[in-house]
Amino acid sequence: MNPYIANTEADVKAMLDTIGVASIEDLFADIKPHQRPRSFALPSGKSEFEVIEDLKRLAEKNRSPLTLFVGGGYYDHYIPAAVDSLISRGEFFTAYTPYQPECSQGTLQSLYEFQSSLCTLTQMEVANASLYDGGTAMYEAMMMAIRINGRNRIIMDGGVSPIYRKILKSYTSNLAIEFVETPVVHGQADRGHIRKALNKETAAVILQNPNFFGAIDDHSDLVQAAHSVGALVIESVYPISLGLLKTPGEMGVDITVGEGQSLGLPLNFGGPYLGFLAAKKEFVRKMPGRIVGQTVDGLGRRCFVNTLQAREQHIRREKATSNICTNVSLCALRALIYMCLLGRQGLVDLAQLNLDKAEYARACLEKIPGVEVKRSSPTFNEFTVCLPHDASAVVETMIDRGFAAGFPCGRYYQGMDNYMIVAVTEKRTKQEIDQFAENLKDVLARFS
Amino acid sequence: MTLIFEKSIKDRRGVSLPQSDVPVKAIVPTALRRKTTAQFPEVSELDVVRHFTKLSQKNFSVDTQFYPLGSCTMKYNPRFTEKVAALSGFAELHPLLPQLRHGERFTQGALELLYGLEQLLCEITGMKNFTMQPLAGAHGELTGIMMIAAYHKAKGNKKKYIIVPDTAHGTNPATAIIAGYETVSIPTGPQGVMDLERLKKALTPEVAGMMLTCPDTLGIFNSDIDKIAQMVHDVDGLMYYDGANLNAILGRCRPGDIGFDVIHLNTHKTFTTPHGGGGPGAGPVGVSEKLVKYLPISRVVKNSDGQFVLNYAYPDSIGYVASFYGNFGLLVRAYAYILLLGKEGLIETSNHAVLNANYIMQSLKKFYHLPYPRTCMHECVLSAVHQAQRGVHAIDIAKYLIDQDVHPPTVYFPLTVKEAMMIEPTETESKQTIDEFIKLMIEVNRVSIENPEQFKDLPRRMPISRPDEVKAARDLNTNFFGRALDGPSAQNKTAVHS
Repeated sequence: MNPYIANTEADVKAMLDTIGVASIEDLFADIKPHQRPRSFALPSGKSEFEVIEDLKRLAEKNRSPLTLFVGGGYYDHYIPAAVDSLISRGEFFTAYTPYQPECSQGTLQSLYEFQSSLCTLTQMEVANASLYDGGTAMYEAMMMAIRINGRNRIIMDGGVSPIYRKILKSYTSNLAIEFVETPVVHGQADRGHIRKALNKETAAVILQNPNFFGAIDDHSDLVQAAHSVGALVIESVYPISLGLLKTPGEMGVDITVGEGQSLGLPLNFGGPYLGFLAAKKEFVRKMPGRIVGQTVDGLGRRCFVNTLQAREQHIRREKATSNICTNVSLCALRALIYMCLLGRQGLVDLAQLNLDKAEYARACLEKIPGVEVKRSSPTFNEFTVCLPHDASAVVETMIDRGFAAGFPCGRYYQGMDNYMIVAVTEKRTKQEIDQFAENLKDVLARFS
Repeated sequence: MTLIFEKSIKDRRGVSLPQSDVPVKAIVPTALRRKTTAQFPEVSELDVVRHFTKLSQKNFSVDTQFYPLGSCTMKYNPRFTEKVAALSGFAELHPLLPQLRHGERFTQGALELLYGLEQLLCEITGMKNFTMQPLAGAHGELTGIMMIAAYHKAKGNKKKYIIVPDTAHGTNPATAIIAGYETVSIPTGPQGVMDLERLKKALTPEVAGMMLTCPDTLGIFNSDIDKIAQMVHDVDGLMYYDGANLNAILGRCRPGDIGFDVIHLNTHKTFTTPHGGGGPGAGPVGVSEKLVKYLPISRVVKNSDGQFVLNYAYPDSIGYVASFYGNFGLLVRAYAYILLLGKEGLIETSNHAVLNANYIMQSLKKFYHLPYPRTCMHECVLSAVHQAQRGVHAIDIAKYLIDQDVHPPTVYFPLTVKEAMMIEPTETESKQTIDEFIKLMIEVNRVSIENPEQFKDLPRRMPISRPDEVKAARDLNTNFFGRALDGPSAQNKTAVHS
C-alpha cells in the first residue's frame, strides 16, 4: 500500500474511462513481456511507526555520543535552533531549482544573499550559488583555472586535504592533466618546492588555509610567485576561521573554495554538505554552477534571477562550463541563516572562542609526558601532536573511553604514524578538555 | 524585498555564544589576521525568522502548489523521513569515524543502512552493485562515464564517442565532454523514439557508450530498447541509464534486465528526498557485472561475522568521487521511504504516476498539439504551436499558470519539440487536483483564442512581474557588497595573467 497516493478506486475507473483503456496494465503495453523484471523480490511495506522504529534501532548502533576532537575539515559546531526551523518551511524545502523567477523569489533572493555573505566572508568579488561539497568544489575550481589559462599543470600542496587530492586525481584520470604534489615542511607549504615547480605550463597552484594539519599561513608570496608565471592560485578555506584569519581576497587568491559544513550543517556522516566557490570578478563567465543576479521587473522593482545561464548545461549542453545541475540550495540557505544569526561580531567571537579552546587544549596536551605539540607554525582550532606510540592505536583506545581523540595522520601521510590532528570547537567545555587530557595521559601511561 | 543586509543595525545580535570557560586568550599574529570584519548583518533572531519566513512565502513549492515540472518528479515529500534523518545517531555522526582503526564498529548502524539500501536499489533496478557516493544525478553521470572510460582503458579499447539522443537532458552531453569524450547526437524518428538507421551509421568501433533515459524525455518507452543495447554492445560500447525517469517503471521494467551497464538514480525524484530549492540531491550509481571492479571506493561490505566494514582494496577502482559515503542524510530518507512503500507500494507509485500523466494527455489533446500521439509513461509532452500562432507561446502559458497558483510544466524541453510543455503530475496528486489543472489548461486555450492580449505582462499577481534577464546579465550584480560589476568589459577578458 502506498499511503501517499490519493486516487481512489472510483477515481481510477473514471480516469481509465477517459483514457479509453480497461486497466492500468494496458498503459504499460510498450514494455514488452521479455522486457519485464526478472525479479522484484522486495520486502512488503511497513507502517510509518514501524519504519521509524527500524531506523531508530540502526541509529542507536552508531557510537554516539562521543566527545569529538576529530575535525579534518568537518567540525562539530553548535547549530542554532532557528536554522533548522527556518529551512524546514515547506516553501523552501519542497521547491525546486528556481526556473520560474516570479514564483521563486524566496529561493533566488536567499541565494543572492548567500553569495554576498560568502563574498564578504572571503573578500572575493563573485561567488556562485553552491556546489556539492568542498572536495568537488576544488575539482570545479581546478577545471575553471584550466579553462581560464588553457594550461594543464597543477601544483598541489601536501597540506591540502588528502581526501580532496584523491578526488581530483580520480576525476582527471582520463584527462591530460599533470599533477605535481609538493611536500609539507614544518607543517606548512614548502615555498622552495612550489617555486621550483612553477612554470609557464602551470595552470594553478592549489593551497589550503588552515591546512590539513591545522597550520595557518599567509600565502601572499606564493600568489605573487604564481602570478609572475601566469598561473592562478586556488585556495581552500575553513569559513569559521575567517572570523579572524587573513582572507583569500587579501592574499590575492584567484579562486577560493571550501567546505561549508561548519556554517550550520550537521555532520550527517559525510553529507549533504556545502561546496562553495568564489573568485575574482574577471573570471565570472568561466565559473561553474548557478549564479543569481539582481535585476528589475517590469515595474522597476528589484528582483533576482539565475543569470549567465549560457555557461550551464541546460542551455549549452556539451559546451557548458560544468555538468552540474542540482546543487545544494537548501544547504546554502542553512549557511546563510547561520551567518545572519551569527552576525558581524558573532563570527569574530565564535572564531576567537574556537581559537582559545584549541590553545587551551594544546597547552593541556603539551603537559602530558611524551606528547610533543608541534609549534613550528600558528594554528586556528586544530593542531597536530606527536605521540610516543602509534596514534591509531591510541585513538582506538580513547574511543572506548568516550573520546574521539583526533585523526591519526598515518592514514594519509607516510612516516607520520605517531601523529594525530586534534580539533577543538566552541562546543568542547573546559571540563571535557581536561578529561580528555587526563584520559590521554592515562592511556599513554598504560601503553608503556 | 529588503535584503537582510539592509536590516542591519549596529551592535544588534542574533545568537548567544557560550562564555569562554578556558583561562586562555589567544592572539593570531598580526600578519595572519584579517584587517576588517566580514559584513554579516547585525540582526536579532526575530529579524532573521521574519525575513526568511517572508522570503519563503515568495516561493511556489509542492507543499503549497501543484508542481507538474516535467522530468523533475515533484512528488510529495513525506514528513516521517525528516524525522528519521534527524536522529542524532545519524545527524551527529562524524564521517571520519570509520576511518579510525577498527573504526567501523562505531558506525555499524550507518554502514548497515548503506548496505541495506544498496541491496534494495539492486533489486529495484536489476543491477549487480551500487555506489552511494555520487552527490547528485549529474555527479552520478560523471561517475558512470568515468567507469565506462576505465573499462575501455583496461581493455585497451580506443574509444572516442558517447552517443546521446537529441532528447537527452543537458547534463548528458555536458558529462560526456567533462569525462574526456566527444558526443554524437542521434535524432528522434517520427514515432518519438530514436532513429535506428541513424544509430546504425553512428555506431563505429570508436563508440564508448550511449546515454539514455528510458522512458525518454518525451515520456515514451522505447520498445526497441534491448535491440539498441545489443547494437551498442556489438561495438563493445556500454549502455548508460539516466535514472531521472525511473518513477515510471518501478516493478515494470529493470534497466539491468534490458541491457544497461550503468545507471544513476536521483533520490530526490523517484525516492522523494526533498528538492530543497535546487538540492541537495543524491545520485547512487548501479553497475552490471562487468563494471563492478571499477566502482568508486570505499565500498560497504558485510563480513562473515555480520560486521559491516568499508573496503578500499579494489585496485581497478576509479577512486574517490566524493569525500565520503554519499549524501548520507538523503540516503537515510530514501531508505526509509522504500521500506515504508515496499514492493507493492513501489509498483503502485509507477501505476499512478503513469495513470495521472495519461489522463492529462488524453484530456488535453483536443486543445493542444500532441506531437507523438501514443501512450505516455509518467509524463507527457504537449506543444503550444497552435496557441503560438495566436501569439501565445509556451512561456506565456507558463506565466498565466503562475498567476493561477499552479507551477508551470517544464517548457521548451525537450528541445526537439517546438513550444514544448512537459507535464509530470506524479503519483501523489489526486484526480481532483489534476481536474482543476485540466480545466485551467482548457481555459488557457480559450483565452488564447478569445483574448490573446490577456497574456501580455503576466504574471500580475506575484510579488514581481517578469524580470529583465538581459539587464541581469549586462549589469551583472551578484554580490551586495561588490555592487554592479563591470559586465561588458569583463566579458572580453579571460586570461588576464598570461
